[in-house]
Amino acid sequence: MNPTRAAAGLLAVLVALALQVSFFPHLAWQGVVPNLVLLVVVAAALSRDAGYALPLAFVAGVLLDLAPPADHVAGRWALALVLVAWVAARVRPDTRPSTAVVLACVAACSFVGTSVFALTGLLLGEPVGSVPEILGVLGVAVLWDLLLTPFVLPVTMRLLDRMGATGRERAVA
Amino acid sequence: MAPLDRERRWRGLDDGPRPSRSTLVALVLAAATLMTLDQSTGDDSPVELLRTGVGEAFAPVESVTSAAVRPFTAVPSWFRAKDELRRDIRELEAENAALREQVATTDFDRNRLAEFDGLTRAAADLGRSLVPARVVGYGPAQSFTRTVTLDAGSEAGLRPDMTVVNDDGLVGRVVRVTQRHATVLLVVDAESTVGGRIGSSMELGFLRGGEDGTLDLELVDQKVVPAQGDTVVTWGSDGAGPYVAGVPVGRVTDVFASVREQSQRAVIEPFVDFSALDVVGVVVPEGTGSDRAVVRADGRIG
Repeated sequence: MNPTRAAAGLLAVLVALALQVSFFPHLAWQGVVPNLVLLVVVAAALSRDAGYALPLAFVAGVLLDLAPPADHVAGRWALALVLVAWVAARVRPDTRPSTAVVLACVAACSFVGTSVFALTGLLLGEPVGSVPEILGVLGVAVLWDLLLTPFVLPVTMRLLDRMGATGRERAVA
Repeated sequence: MAPLDRERRWRGLDDGPRPSRSTLVALVLAAATLMTLDQSTGDDSPVELLRTGVGEAFAPVESVTSAAVRPFTAVPSWFRAKDELRRDIRELEAENAALREQVATTDFDRNRLAEFDGLTRAAADLGRSLVPARVVGYGPAQSFTRTVTLDAGSEAGLRPDMTVVNDDGLVGRVVRVTQRHATVLLVVDAESTVGGRIGSSMELGFLRGGEDGTLDLELVDQKVVPAQGDTVVTWGSDGAGPYVAGVPVGRVTDVFASVREQSQRAVIEPFVDFSALDVVGVVVPEGTGSDRAVVRADGRIG
């Protein structure tokens, strides 16, 4: 794990969180906003040095759980995002994945993340609404995340790869 | 062929270590611990301290972001404005016609008006002041809670359980404050319960957050059937309760008879547009010290 890279990841998470909470609600469809924090986590898991993806996912999730105006049991997004990072790191094949694979990965991650969050809510007795409602939110969330992928993922991955890259890595890049 | 091939591929996906399974297990357990800690210890848990800390640190970022994007988020409203103005003109013309009919006011009406005026003055004398605040952050629907962040906190005189209103009606109540920011639970949240009163019959009931941004009203007296179009205001209590009395909440749009619970359930459409909240007011006791100008009960600002 490279400290500069971890710091860059954290910075990306903070920017994503600020936009997700304060900007995208103005564009939200039925209150559902693109989960930028999740996209940053996926980008970290897909980038070259994915060793820090899981800790970053945990920190990002805790921030989502604690930063105002969150008002649910803390740890729910943390768990969801850690699992998302794991799934994304597993999905990453040994060869460079094509755009289609990356999009499929984002869709799967978005689905897994939001469902894990909803399921923990059900288990803990928090309000999550009826099943059709959850499915509706899930669908819109996946669409939003796919829509934002081309704008967020390449930039974030390039940032994370560049930041703190060693000489050899930079030469390869 | 090779460069073209590389062009179509995403960069930087080839080598490097992958996260280990032990990290995954450790972090999943950490998340589970956090959830258990927060769930079981309630209001005075160490997580609450952490929450306040993160709030103090991150809420200013929300304020700055919100202020920075405001010029852009205002763009759609310019386009909406024209349609709305047209509709307003139509509505105002209709209202004008209706008012002209009423111009020949009878003395009876005038007397009644004097009574209402007195009531209004009494309401103003109840000693409610409003601290103005802006909404700077929204909870996403993915979190299944309806909460917002305000850019006013304990320094502005805000405390948990205070009522939040805007010019349309009831918005919600403050659940948590930091020095400069507050988290507000909107009344449409599924966990929110507000005592409500039907304006026309003064019947009491409980309002809960329902589906699709509506509210469910369950009346205490099960024999009463609310009529469509009835206005619902808060029941409230002076001082003690989280919600002050008499704040308009919404209008009855549908009434269902629930056979299982043998009660009437009414669907209330809130007056407040919760997807477009901006300036709100927090009801504070008269004489509250604040870091900003407070709107006093008599309309003075200071």
